[in-house]
Amino acid sequence: MTAVAMAPEVQAASEGAVKTKKVCIIAYSGELEPTWASMIIASTAAAMDMEVSIFVTFWGFGALVKDSRRLPGKNLMQRMLSVMQRPGISHRKLSKMNFMGMGPWMMFSLAKKYNVSKPKDLLGMCQELGVRIYPCQMTMDLFGLSKEDLIDGLEEPVGAATMLQLATEADSTLFI
Amino acid sequence: MGNLDIKVRVDASGLSCPLPILRATQAIRTVAAGELIEVVATDPGSVKDFAAWASSTGNALVESGSADGKYRFVLRHK
Repeated sequence: MTAVAMAPEVQAASEGAVKTKKVCIIAYSGELEPTWASMIIASTAAAMDMEVSIFVTFWGFGALVKDSRRLPGKNLMQRMLSVMQRPGISHRKLSKMNFMGMGPWMMFSLAKKYNVSKPKDLLGMCQELGVRIYPCQMTMDLFGLSKEDLIDGLEEPVGAATMLQLATEADSTLFI
Repeated sequence: MGNLDIKVRVDASGLSCPLPILRATQAIRTVAAGELIEVVATDPGSVKDFAAWASSTGNALVESGSADGKYRFVLRHK
């Protein structure tokens, strides 16, 4: 094997004290691909010693509801939403070419073949690496979700003001 | 290369982004400051990714090399 010398600036940067960078992700979408992208970015940022917060709102809750919760919601309309879109990070649909679940099945088969981590595994990694996940209180009210419907290890539900504080204090904010 | 005192070796061969970085992060947190770990990966993107990771975390990329389609990184815990 041949060793490659590092560029001086990379070496200097890797040895000096580094200011902690902050990343804020607003997880708005509920389909498989954006959920996957959020999980990859969040886990990698945490691995890079960045402080990561994810504010989960609207369809992003598809990834926060426990896989085992089939029909969360407190009234008929809220439950109808769960019928139309099964919640849980393992049940996300593709935004295109879903084909009644055939699309995601093919995607997961490919992911297995090429050793790509599933969103659920990456979510576990995020939690292990200290990513803070903030559920949006308003969405929980709208969808009739209670804390018992959601996965463990989340922060207390917050509102738009907290999200804006997280976003404006972050070095990078992504709306996914 | 042969005389480096490597504490943990991670075989990330065949794993796709971001798993080599995540596995390296898990491994480096198990060794003390100043100690070395080695990561072997086959993901071509990992060459630039490990440089970026080192720059961001402050852990040093002591060696970076490739042979036979494998990439090898030696990393020192800050």
